[in-house]
Amino acid sequence: MTHPSTTILARYADGGHGLDDAALWSIEVHLDACANCRASLAAKATPATTDLLDRVAVSLGQAIEASPSPTRQRAPAAAVHRRWLAWTLLPWLAVTVAVLGCGVLLDAAEPSLPSLVLLLAPVAPLPGVAVAWSRRIDPAWELIATTPAAGLAMVLRRTLAVLVVVLPALLVAGVSTGTSLALTLLPCLAFTGATLVLGALIGVRRAAIGLAVVWSAAVLLPSVAAQSLSPVLQPGSTADWVVATAGLAAITPLAATHFRRLTSGN
Amino acid sequence: MRAVRAAETAPTLHPWLVHAKELRVRAGRHLAVDGLDLTLTAGVHGVLGPNGAGKTTLMRALSTVVKPVGGSLTLLGAQVDGRADLREVRRELGYLPQQFGFYPRFTVREFVAYMAWLKEMPKTAIPDAVQRAIDRVGLTPKADAKMKTLSGGMQRRAGIAQAIVNDPELLLLDEPTVGLDPEQRLDFRDLLRDLGADSCVLVSTHLVEDVVAACTDVILMNEGRLLFQGTPDDLIARGGQGDAGDSPAERGYSALLRQHRSNA
Repeated sequence: MTHPSTTILARYADGGHGLDDAALWSIEVHLDACANCRASLAAKATPATTDLLDRVAVSLGQAIEASPSPTRQRAPAAAVHRRWLAWTLLPWLAVTVAVLGCGVLLDAAEPSLPSLVLLLAPVAPLPGVAVAWSRRIDPAWELIATTPAAGLAMVLRRTLAVLVVVLPALLVAGVSTGTSLALTLLPCLAFTGATLVLGALIGVRRAAIGLAVVWSAAVLLPSVAAQSLSPVLQPGSTADWVVATAGLAAITPLAATHFRRLTSGN
Repeated sequence: MRAVRAAETAPTLHPWLVHAKELRVRAGRHLAVDGLDLTLTAGVHGVLGPNGAGKTTLMRALSTVVKPVGGSLTLLGAQVDGRADLREVRRELGYLPQQFGFYPRFTVREFVAYMAWLKEMPKTAIPDAVQRAIDRVGLTPKADAKMKTLSGGMQRRAGIAQAIVNDPELLLLDEPTVGLDPEQRLDFRDLLRDLGADSCVLVSTHLVEDVVAACTDVILMNEGRLLFQGTPDDLIARGGQGDAGDSPAERGYSALLRQHRSNA
């Protein structure tokens, strides 16, 4: 890099007298890239130039103070989506947590009865999952359904928002009642996976309702009526729930294409 | 340097953007579209018809909300059936439904940006695209107002903004002028002509004059079937002095419906 001489810089600082346009342009391009030459130029600035620069700086500062403050940075679309999801799911998740809380109290009050926490665990996330992807609850559902983002990825994101609340609540309920954590959490995950897999074919809301009804009719109500926990929730069934949960998790991605097709009931 | 073939630089326009053959679509249990044949190219196409004609069901089928139960439907060169992956088609779609739902607490900008995100637009392009869409529908002063504070007409314009934010190749607008005042309807006609220059725009409306003023192609439906497709002048030519209507276009519309009903 060739630096302009001290004389050239002095002439430039004095208004460019004796320098043609090409020389002026060349010096300016060089000053853009060379901090040393800019410092040299600043040292050669005449009192008139310095005074002018000071006045311009003061005037700019006043103008900036008088102008409106910068607008708040808008949240990116993903954050907006999470905000809507939180508002919509809040009541349903609150009810779910409250019901689990009642289950904990009942288990403590009536230890002779089968654990309500264990019986409710599989269906605990289903109301939230059904609501999170429901054309009746989501006012913009018809718009969203026509976008390329509508599909398994979106359903999973919304399901995760439900599990983030329900799983810790189940964990706390399980620890409080001394029930098996594996039998509390694994059925919850298995039923969530089943809802998504089945939901790819018949719609998430229908799948959630159907599975909840089947579980209630086949396991929950008979267990309460007989005052005896169903064999599917006995300690020996843990391995089966592990296999079911892993299997459903493995085939859930296969449902992705169904969510993007018009065969889906969603 | 090798020579670039023309095919490599030619725009990827499809010969026709919508092609439906004997299309059948249900609305609930009712067969709302019953054997419709339709071909649409670039331009602005207006869909007219009485209540229950099947216009909204047709729009919902073309926007891939509902699956046809019979016939064939091709959108932007892709066959739309139970096996197709619709992501590519949906990236080029814009849709404003008749029952336009939105999130009341979102601002206009947030709502349009959210839809742009769902349409998988490049993240860096979203802010400019959103601003452009909001400016085109005349909502710039209200861009940061919450949707729930807007009038019905403004909400509708926000709906149009989200439909056009991704510069869609296929734009479907179901009753877009509901709630718009006369001046806004005139502005909307200008917007339609502008949009139709590069893409296929299908507008469903009850307002015959809007269709005649802004559309190059008029489609008349009744009872799920296509009665007429032609230019606005062709529609006007179908009417006579004895037909009901305040304008030549309305008389043409009435004449075609009367003829269909007498043949039924």
